[in-house]
Amino acid sequence: MSAKIVIGLDGSGSGERAVAYAKKQAKQIGTCELIAVYVIEWSPYSFQTPEENEQRHKRREEETAAASSRVVTPAVDALKADGFSARGVVKHGDVADLLNSVAVEEGADQIVVARTSEGGFASRLFGSSTANLVMTATVPVTVVG
Amino acid sequence: MKKLALTTLALSAAGSTSVFAQEARTIDQAVNETFAAVTGPFVSFIFSPFPGTSFPWIVMWLVIAASLFTVYFGFIQIRGFKHSIQLVKGDYADPNDAGEVSHFQALTTALSGTVGLGNIAGVAVAVGIGGPGATFWMIMAGLLGMASKFTECTLGVKYRNEYEDGTVSGGPMYYMSKGFAERGVPGGKILAVVFSIFCILGALGGGNMFQANQAHAQISSITGAYPGWITGIVFALVVYAVIVGGIKSIASVTEKVVPFMGVLYVGTALVILLLNFDKIGWAFGQIFEGAFTGLGVAGGFVGALIQVFKRAAFSNEAGVGSAAIAHSAVRTKEPITEGLVSLLEPFIDTVVICTMTALVITISGLLIVDPATGNFVLNADGNAISTVGDVSGVSLTSAAFATGFSWFPYVLAIAVVLFAFSTMISWSYYGLKAWTYLFGEGKTTELVFKIIFCVFVVIGASASLGPVIDFSDAAIFAMAVVNITALYFLMPVVKKEMNSYMSRLKSGEIKRFKH
Repeated sequence: MSAKIVIGLDGSGSGERAVAYAKKQAKQIGTCELIAVYVIEWSPYSFQTPEENEQRHKRREEETAAASSRVVTPAVDALKADGFSARGVVKHGDVADLLNSVAVEEGADQIVVARTSEGGFASRLFGSSTANLVMTATVPVTVVG
Repeated sequence: MKKLALTTLALSAAGSTSVFAQEARTIDQAVNETFAAVTGPFVSFIFSPFPGTSFPWIVMWLVIAASLFTVYFGFIQIRGFKHSIQLVKGDYADPNDAGEVSHFQALTTALSGTVGLGNIAGVAVAVGIGGPGATFWMIMAGLLGMASKFTECTLGVKYRNEYEDGTVSGGPMYYMSKGFAERGVPGGKILAVVFSIFCILGALGGGNMFQANQAHAQISSITGAYPGWITGIVFALVVYAVIVGGIKSIASVTEKVVPFMGVLYVGTALVILLLNFDKIGWAFGQIFEGAFTGLGVAGGFVGALIQVFKRAAFSNEAGVGSAAIAHSAVRTKEPITEGLVSLLEPFIDTVVICTMTALVITISGLLIVDPATGNFVLNADGNAISTVGDVSGVSLTSAAFATGFSWFPYVLAIAVVLFAFSTMISWSYYGLKAWTYLFGEGKTTELVFKIIFCVFVVIGASASLGPVIDFSDAAIFAMAVVNITALYFLMPVVKKEMNSYMSRLKSGEIKRFKH
């Protein structure tokens, strides 16, 4: 049975650090599938105008397509080029919730994320996605510095 | 520009001797007279009484429809209430649909179109005429209205148009044309066209002029009197920036601030009620006693009742069809779920928020009671109850809240302006949907409507309350006439959907994702 590692991507340098670490792990494990996950932050409890609602389905498709083509597909292609077995997932919702739920669904052995570079008032108030993931995850989490 | 506006303000506030202010008044007056003359016949038709009675047929029409839907769907507003809350919380939302419009979003979007001046000014008008007893009938109207809303919003989702580019369009015009065709009933297209015409008028009236008018009244009660067209032009420019200029940030800021204002409003009302908790029992006594006796209210018992049902319908828009447009964007495979969610709208709008306003007004003691008879004293014209300071409409609400917190009129003024603005944005969308249904989609046709909409903001702010409120009511009720006709023909469709959904919910076929 092969191992599975879920990697949290965020389209920035910190996501790449997570990928690099996951690659190292996968090499050590041997047969290991890498699942690159990108979460588009979205809340079902936000307030929207009627026009935004009308356009929502279209926007969602566009957001998913953009995340796939700009972040996930290049990352997966690069992993495959390096000889890894890899796959990408794009989802809408809460980052911490979804990284964990994908890992649970896939039966992954661990989640690799990078320490986020986000700072400021909002993250002090609500905590960063990484901190939330570490606190709530039911799958082992590795946070890359 | 800013300097000019300030000078204008100062001049008009300085006194009536100013030539400028006199000129301004004549502009307002001219707008007023023309407007009243043009809309008069339409208004008197909509509010004409049943032959031989003084009861307007339109009020009967709304009450009978809401009662009939309540019975036909087996008191769905009570049976389905708990499930509605679960749906809004997202307990039944498929995680794979994340990123689509949720039930919560569809509900709050629709609410921001209805919660507003109807709850603040409309209730004050009703209580000012009908006394505290008006509240009881308002709650009844809200509870019954939940069934009308359920019917129209289910149909709105069921017969919406989903376009290839992923956008959706829904509303009464679509269920009229598609639903009637599906059932083999002729005339759906004609109804849809008539509805669209009234929807455009409703958007310009209640969704626009009434809002601009009351926003101006509220602002000028704080700054001192100045001509309405000034407020009108400022409002029109901001509305223009959003709906034509596409400055989404203004709209989205409003969408975020409005719910906060709503909570603040209800919260303050609750605090005032708590501070006067010794009077709450008395207030409810007044409400129940007044509900059946009339307590010598203006225009008699029937007159007061008519006003209450009018104001309730104007506030929650149940049966009007506007909500069906707003709710139709939700992502769901089951149209009935949106119907269930939408029935919370009259509950929140009328049963909760309107009742709060009515209680605060009752407790404030602003309605003058004759100590000898215990009845309310009528004003000089005999068309409303005398109030301390001779206030009515939104000013009555403002004065009532001020008895609890003297600073509240300032907060209320901001709230009224924001509520008015968000209602205008919502109604500009409803009106636009009707407009494009009639004239087709396209940049130029849409722009024409948007410009007309902005012009009416100025007219609304300049006209006096009487003609504006009459026209706004008439247009919105005309929508209800057409919409409810369609609902009668299509209600078996809703019943079939409801029975199927409820049985699948019971059997566990409808999955709950969150516990």
